[in-house]
Amino acid sequence: MKSHYQLVILGGGPAGLSAGLYAARARLDHVLLEKGATGGQVLLTDWVDNYPGFPEGLTGFDLVERMAQHAKRFDLNVELACVTRVDLDDERKKVLHLEDGSMVTCDALIICTGARANTINVPGEQELRGKGVSYCGTCDAPFYRNMHVAVIGGGNTAIQEAEYLTKFASKVTVIHRRDSLRATKIIQEMAFANDKIEFLWNKRVTAIEGSNAVERLQLVDNDGSTSSLEVEGVFVLIGVTPNNAGLPLEQLNADKWGFIPTDIESRTCVPGVMAAGDICSKDVRQIINAAGEGAVAVLAAEKYLQGLH
Amino acid sequence: MASDKVLQLNDADFDAVIKGAQPTLVDFWAPWCGPCKAIGPVIEDLAAEYEGKVTIAKMNVDDNPATPGKFGIRAIPTLILFKNGQVVDQITGSVGKSQLVALINKAL
Repeated sequence: MKSHYQLVILGGGPAGLSAGLYAARARLDHVLLEKGATGGQVLLTDWVDNYPGFPEGLTGFDLVERMAQHAKRFDLNVELACVTRVDLDDERKKVLHLEDGSMVTCDALIICTGARANTINVPGEQELRGKGVSYCGTCDAPFYRNMHVAVIGGGNTAIQEAEYLTKFASKVTVIHRRDSLRATKIIQEMAFANDKIEFLWNKRVTAIEGSNAVERLQLVDNDGSTSSLEVEGVFVLIGVTPNNAGLPLEQLNADKWGFIPTDIESRTCVPGVMAAGDICSKDVRQIINAAGEGAVAVLAAEKYLQGLH
Repeated sequence: MASDKVLQLNDADFDAVIKGAQPTLVDFWAPWCGPCKAIGPVIEDLAAEYEGKVTIAKMNVDDNPATPGKFGIRAIPTLILFKNGQVVDQITGSVGKSQLVALINKAL
């Protein structure tokens, strides 16, 4: 790895890979820094049926693999690195501090660090993580063959994962704090038609219990009544939290949840710093707008870089 | 990346390896698991870095159901650190390199 690049793309999910494709084709002096394999949260998605150009649908795994291959065809430069702190104090030179103590600097930066699953922060959640508490149905469903599991949440991810879990589990109970789902209608229709899926409305989980594995959930209804539910696994799928560790949030004017505001050209309030994908402060977090923002961000970066000389 | 430095374990040779002279970090994974794929390059990196000090190994839970069952594994990737055949500590999920280094250091 060099010590300075014109452009650093931070993170290798759909936004980062799309930015990488555009940067590589623009022949910018660039690097994409990723702490593991490229892919991001899409790697957790068992099936993607809403990305244009793939009429049969495909797995999240295959989609990001294709995105990576596509960018690599144009010589996208990817390096394995974990960035611990981003320093934007110098107007010209953005400084990235890496886990191994070294530094990389750049003229322009595109932040594509994405988001990760929220936790529900109830007793038992941490202790039983990996012992019945899961955040990825696609990853862990096969461990629950013929068992009764619960899914917490009512959005697309929760309902799609509930559907996937029925391939293995004997019964899937969806626990939602409201009386209707937020998920896309076609996903709701499939779930309501699936007789292995049962819905518990207007309820929240207050504790996850079990001695060495999940045994039951404690629930409270919106009317205040309490109950418990015997399950062998619980999948927590209640939205995302930004991967913003090490970013100067105040300088980037982050919103109250820690997501970063951008303008229509994917620029943040710091000159030369763009953001794309799930890290952005926005209402819609889909693969397609992440990829779109990645492209827009590179065009903004190019414009910025041209202005420097 | 030196993927040949990562030892591939199976149910048959598992016990002998974790009781070996070196501490052993085992990555329980499966080919259909996205986060397992994400953590893959980090595991290979660690294998090169800790060569001769810590055995870095992987076990495919699809091909080897007995061992994951024995350790109550219900989510992958799960990484378990062993020393003298005993569990020192474990982590579940696709974590960063620093967390894995901190885990490994518990056996050194």
